[in-house]
Amino acid sequence: MTTATKMSDPTRPQGSPPAPDRRTGRRGFLAGIASLAAAGAASPLLTGCSTEASAATVTPEVWALTDPVQNAIQTKYLEPGTPRRRLAVFPNTNYTQKLRIAMGTSKGPDVFFNWGGASVGPYDDAGMVVDLAEHLPRGWAEKAFLPASLGSARTGDGKLLGLPLKGMQPVVLFYNKDMFDDLGLAAPDTWDSFLRAVDRVKKENVTPIALAGAESWTQLMWFEFLAERLGRGKQIDALFRGTRGSWRDGPVEESLKYVRDLVERGAFGRTFGSVSYGSGTATALFATGRAAMHLMGTWEYTNLNANHKKFAARSLAWSSFPQMPSGAGGAGALVGNPTNYFSVSSRSNLAADHIKMLKDRLNSRGYVDTLIAAGEVPAAAGIEDRLEAKSPDPRFSRWVYDTVAGAERFTLSWDQALQPVLKEAMLAQLQEVFLGTTSPSSFVDTMEALL
Amino acid sequence: MSPTTTATAAPAATPDLEEASPPPAARPATRRAHDGALPRPGIGYLLPALAVFGVFALLPLIGVAALSFTSWNGLGNPAFNGLDNWQQLFANPATWSSLKVTLILTALGWLLQTPLALLLGVWAAGTQRLRAVFSALYFLPLLLSGAAVALVWKALLDPTFGLSGQLGSWFGSDGDFLSSPSGALACVLAVGAWQFVPFHMLMYQAAARNVPAQLYEAATLDGAGRVRQFFAITLPQLRNTVVTSSTLMVVGSMTTFETILILTNGGPGTATQILPFRMYQQAFMSFEMGPAAALATVLVLFGTGLSLLIVRFSGFTKMNSTLEGI
Repeated sequence: MTTATKMSDPTRPQGSPPAPDRRTGRRGFLAGIASLAAAGAASPLLTGCSTEASAATVTPEVWALTDPVQNAIQTKYLEPGTPRRRLAVFPNTNYTQKLRIAMGTSKGPDVFFNWGGASVGPYDDAGMVVDLAEHLPRGWAEKAFLPASLGSARTGDGKLLGLPLKGMQPVVLFYNKDMFDDLGLAAPDTWDSFLRAVDRVKKENVTPIALAGAESWTQLMWFEFLAERLGRGKQIDALFRGTRGSWRDGPVEESLKYVRDLVERGAFGRTFGSVSYGSGTATALFATGRAAMHLMGTWEYTNLNANHKKFAARSLAWSSFPQMPSGAGGAGALVGNPTNYFSVSSRSNLAADHIKMLKDRLNSRGYVDTLIAAGEVPAAAGIEDRLEAKSPDPRFSRWVYDTVAGAERFTLSWDQALQPVLKEAMLAQLQEVFLGTTSPSSFVDTMEALL
Repeated sequence: MSPTTTATAAPAATPDLEEASPPPAARPATRRAHDGALPRPGIGYLLPALAVFGVFALLPLIGVAALSFTSWNGLGNPAFNGLDNWQQLFANPATWSSLKVTLILTALGWLLQTPLALLLGVWAAGTQRLRAVFSALYFLPLLLSGAAVALVWKALLDPTFGLSGQLGSWFGSDGDFLSSPSGALACVLAVGAWQFVPFHMLMYQAAARNVPAQLYEAATLDGAGRVRQFFAITLPQLRNTVVTSSTLMVVGSMTTFETILILTNGGPGTATQILPFRMYQQAFMSFEMGPAAALATVLVLFGTGLSLLIVRFSGFTKMNSTLEGI
């Protein structure tokens, strides 16, 4: 990889002082904004330049999200070696912004965490991320990892932009088994049994479904899963590509009508608009028996086991999103975070070393086993036995693993898959559809107008 | 600068007001101090402030204005796209609805905060029992960080586990305010008022303390009641403070950010999406730096224009000290 050398600024002497510490938090962020603004005013020559602090004199950095368990594993497996790397961690909030600004000012990381899809797409468009397919042995990634887990790191033209770094997190319908048994209800795995459960539970003055409607990404889970069940994979992919007419012709409007129907049935109760997930309210509603079901990513299992132990041990059950009788396709489709990825910056002048490190370590026995022991369900292929032996929750872990392994599609959450402009508009509009202040058809009109 | 305008610029801080009415003869003495041994500060004194302002305010401002004529997602080089962003800005109905929310919030914010701050301030300037204790309590919200205030209010307004659900059930409401557009707007207003009224109260308190006591004594002798005294003496005496406080309020409301980010995130839908929040979303959520820069430029012009208007139409520049002739 000589890209970095090629792009480095010729007007600066070699061995100029290293870049200041990047973990300066808010001040660094503000400085970033200021330098962005300044960059806009300055000549194009300046904005296009690259790392003045030549990477040879700086420890390469691996950027990841703050997560005590994961960070310990990452430090152990990713930092050692030549070159020695340094793990820099950031809270989830504003990570996307920090990464964008750092990459934009040419002081970006060498290896960086992302969600695939639109979270890495712009860096590919700008030629800032390495196509791993070019550097890995042919077919290696598909053998090493479950194919469904690589989907959102792939581009339309066959590039592979990252390798799975942690567990797979499909969205799962959790339900209160005790309550379902008491009321004589069957598992909500078909649309019929699900609706029966909604109506029955409501009669008991219990909210059928906990929904953290203050944060629209939780509402998105309902919408995207309905669309996946009612439409075809191709139609969903067209949305992500921003194809004109894709919001009108696809399953979008029908899915939103299902959403409206659920809201009007009282499936989410009346105060969902003020319930938030971040503060633990939705989880608490579900775990204290004030709501019967909760649609959430698999992390909710860990969350419930940590914060509501008794409930998790006694009453917690789970199912795939209900199957629709008349669905056009998508019975085996999953939605959620297929996994998270590490990608390599093409401007790192040690990119080849980083690629080799990721290939050797992210699929290594030690790394995968440590993830399993931490309760994750890694994306590595052929680990059924190890999940049984080492997972703290073999039953749930195996269920997740087998579900993903058997999935036809594993669609990345739309808020990560869509271009940011579409995403923001969609989330705001979706919230209004749930509240009934916007109709499904005007949702479609608004989205189409943005294409 | 004549002493008269000094008093106008900082009515609350004029040092000689404690003695109520300085004899006119004292004034030339002040002037003599200026003309005396110490020369007037030259341009050199201005340089540090000017440099800081230039580097951290003017330069980024020019940068933002330049960015507004480009298309840029934060990576690579901004591409010049002429007036596209500006056309989009004015053609997009979302801009106008956002402007409407901003103006509503600013107007209602002023209407809510001014009377409260004025009454509390005047009350706090008195000599009642426990006045200091209550004043200190009222002053507390100002000491808290805006983000913390918003977080706490968000928890209180939670209809399920928060206080609003509990209190709401006494009045036959479910305590769910944040999920309706008008409710969310009301919450933003209320939290903003709770947070900023103490500051304006402090301004009014300081100003009310400087109203000469003999005015009230004379009014009492003439048989004016408390209400009459308030409208005939206190309010006219505080008019400079009203203008200062209003300017700060209007500019402050227009840039309310963290309360909205944390409390409502601009929602539900776009019901509380004021212009600065929309700018943030476009720039750092959608990474559309061009349109965001256009909006930022408009905001700068709008804010500056509005404060100039307030100053102009309130006759601030022509104002005399409220103590003139006393």
